[in-house]
Amino acid sequence: MEKKIDIQISDKPLSEQTCLEFVAHPGAGGIVNFIGTVRNQTKGKAVIKLEFEAYVPMAISEMRKIAERTFQQWPVQKMAIHHRVGTLTIGEIAVIISVACPHRKAAFDACSFAIDTLKETVPIWKKEFFENGAVWVAAHP
Amino acid sequence: MKVLTFGIAKDIVGGPEMDIPYSEGMSVLALKKAVLKNYPQFEKLNSLAIAVNNEYADDDLQIRPTDEVVLIPPVSGG
Repeated sequence: MEKKIDIQISDKPLSEQTCLEFVAHPGAGGIVNFIGTVRNQTKGKAVIKLEFEAYVPMAISEMRKIAERTFQQWPVQKMAIHHRVGTLTIGEIAVIISVACPHRKAAFDACSFAIDTLKETVPIWKKEFFENGAVWVAAHP
Repeated sequence: MKVLTFGIAKDIVGGPEMDIPYSEGMSVLALKKAVLKNYPQFEKLNSLAIAVNNEYADDDLQIRPTDEVVLIPPVSGG
């Protein structure tokens, strides 16, 4: 059977082209591609770089659960979720979520659900490095 | 019992794993209490979850000696 879900965690730069090629589907009328990138500041403080760490086997399993839930809730035809780990500099891609559906609304909604849920459940941690220190994002109130 | 750590948990513990005394039928809640007792800094975090064999575990789950147990501090992927 044709593979409908592609989940990857990589320490190499991510490719939106790879994701788009994976989700290409003859019945698709809308493909939404979310690309999360490294921003140059947090609350006004200049960010120099980020480090992402993952508990890889569970992160892959949780990302797969998210994809499977989108297939249950929307008419998703194909979906790719790729997350980067390691050291990233400003502008680099941290995550790509690509969703193909027959119509655009479902593709937007499914993609939005997937990134929101990823941020809540997938065991991946981001450390932000500033000129005078570093913090694990969201760790403390 | 070996408990794996990631993110800020690794910094608090000072390494990629910690040792917690295991007792037969130990629950996830008991493990959390033992972690907090040994490392009170975990109290300051927004949350602290435990994963057993790659799944988020409920407090009443009983841990077996062969399980892979991981501390999950607040996640921040994406």
